Amino acid sequence: MKLADKKIGWSVNEMAQKVAMDIYDGAYVNLGIGMPELVAGYIPEGREVIYHTENGLLGMGKIAEPGMEDPELVNAGKKYVTAIPGAAYFNHAESFAMIRGGHINICVLGAYQVSEEGDLANWSTGNPDDIPAVGGAMDLVAGVETIFVITKHCTKSGESKIVKQCTYPLTGKSVVSRIYSDLAILEVINKRLFVKELAPGVTFEYLQKKSDARLYMD
Amino acid sequence: MINKIVKSIEVAVADVFDGATVMISGFGEAGSPVELIHALVDNGAKNLTIVSNNAGSGNVGLAALIENRQVRKIICSFPRTAISVVFPEMYRSGKIELELVPQGTLAERIRAAGAGISAFYTQTSVDTPLAEGKEKRDFDNKTHVLEHAIKADFSLVKCLGADKYGNLIYNKTARNFGPIMCMAAKTTIVQAKNILDVGEIDPECVITPGIFVKRVVIITNPADESKLVAEKRRYP
Repeated sequence: MKLADKKIGWSVNEMAQKVAMDIYDGAYVNLGIGMPELVAGYIPEGREVIYHTENGLLGMGKIAEPGMEDPELVNAGKKYVTAIPGAAYFNHAESFAMIRGGHINICVLGAYQVSEEGDLANWSTGNPDDIPAVGGAMDLVAGVETIFVITKHCTKSGESKIVKQCTYPLTGKSVVSRIYSDLAILEVINKRLFVKELAPGVTFEYLQKKSDARLYMD
Repeated sequence: MINKIVKSIEVAVADVFDGATVMISGFGEAGSPVELIHALVDNGAKNLTIVSNNAGSGNVGLAALIENRQVRKIICSFPRTAISVVFPEMYRSGKIELELVPQGTLAERIRAAGAGISAFYTQTSVDTPLAEGKEKRDFDNKTHVLEHAIKADFSLVKCLGADKYGNLIYNKTARNFGPIMCMAAKTTIVQAKNILDVGEIDPECVITPGIFVKRVVIITNPADESKLVAEKRRYP
C-alpha cells in the first residue's frame, strides 16, 4: 500500500467541493485568495452564483486563457481573469459598499487560526520581520453575513489551527459561521464548535485530539 | 474656454511640492499611472506622503519613486507583493513610514474626503490591532471605530479616455481607486490613453465628471508595469 492511501480526511479539492455544496443558487459570493478560489470549480449544476472580486468586478468569470490575459482585468489576487456576460465594473468605494453594506451573501476565506468562538486570524502571524499587509479581509468579515473558512485542520508542523483563542492578531471577532477542514466540517453555534460532518476515516476522538478548541457533537 | 489637456507630462506634475500628500491610483499594475509617477521621479519632490493600495513592484513606477527616496510615508492596505523588493527593504531599515489601513476603510476615507465628510464610523477592524488608539462608539449595539478622511494635495490617476472638460472613462478593473482619488485631491492629474471629443462620451456613461479633474495628459501607449518588471527595467 502506498503511503498516500493511508491518509485520512478530505483532499483540498474535496474540501472545496464541500464548501461549494453549501453555496445556494443566486448567491453573491466573494472568494478569498488561494484555497477559496477552488470553490468556484465545484458549484453544482443548476445553481447560478455571482462572484464579486473586491478590486471592482461583479460577475467574475474563469481565469483568463493563456494569451488572452488583460493586465487591466484582474481579481483580488491580481490574477488575470475574465468577466461573464452581465458583469459590472465599479470603483473601490462602491465595491466595499457591497461588502460593508451587507450585500454580499457569502465569503469564503483562508485562515491561520480560527477560535471556538468564531474569531478569525488570517492576515498576520505577528512576526515583526514580516511586512504587514491586510487587504480587504477585515472589511469582508465585518460586512458579510456568512463567513466560511476553508483550511487545513493543522499547520505543516502539526499545530492545530482550530484553537481555544487565537494567538495571532485578529481579523475579526465572532465572525466565522463554518469551518471546512480536511478532517471535518465545524459549525460555530453560540460560541461553541459543533461537528457537522466528519471526513472519511476520522473519528470524533481523533478530531478532538487534532483540535486545540473543545468540540461538541449533537 | 475650458481645456484641461496639457501639452507635456513635465508640465502636468510641475507644481508637486516637497511634503505634499499624493494619491496614486491602481490595484497592483491595473490602473497604475506609471508615466505620471516617472514624471514625479523626474520632478524630484521629496518627503511625500503617498496614498496607494500597494507599494510598488520591481524598480519602476511607485517602487522607483520610493527607491529614489522621495517618499516619507505610505498609506496603503497591502504593501506586500511577490515582486515587491524596494518597499520591504526601506521599511525594514526604517527609511519609510507605513500606515496600514483595511482596503475598504482606505477607499471610504478617500471617498469621504472627496465628499466633504470629515470622518465616519465603521465596524471594520474592531477588536483588531488596527483599531488600537481609535475612538470607538456603539451603534445598534455594535462597536464601531472612527476613521478620518484622507485629503490629498495631488492625485495621479490613469484612465482610458478623457475629453477636454476632464470627463473620464476607465478600463475594466483598472478603474479601482481612480474615481474616488479624483475627488479627494486639490489637484487631480490624469493620464488618458485616448483623447475624446466633447460629447463623445455619452453623459450616461461618464464615470468621473470633469469637475473632479484639473489636468489631463495624453499617454497613447502606456507601459504595462508587469512587462517592465519582467524585463528588470529601472527608472530613471
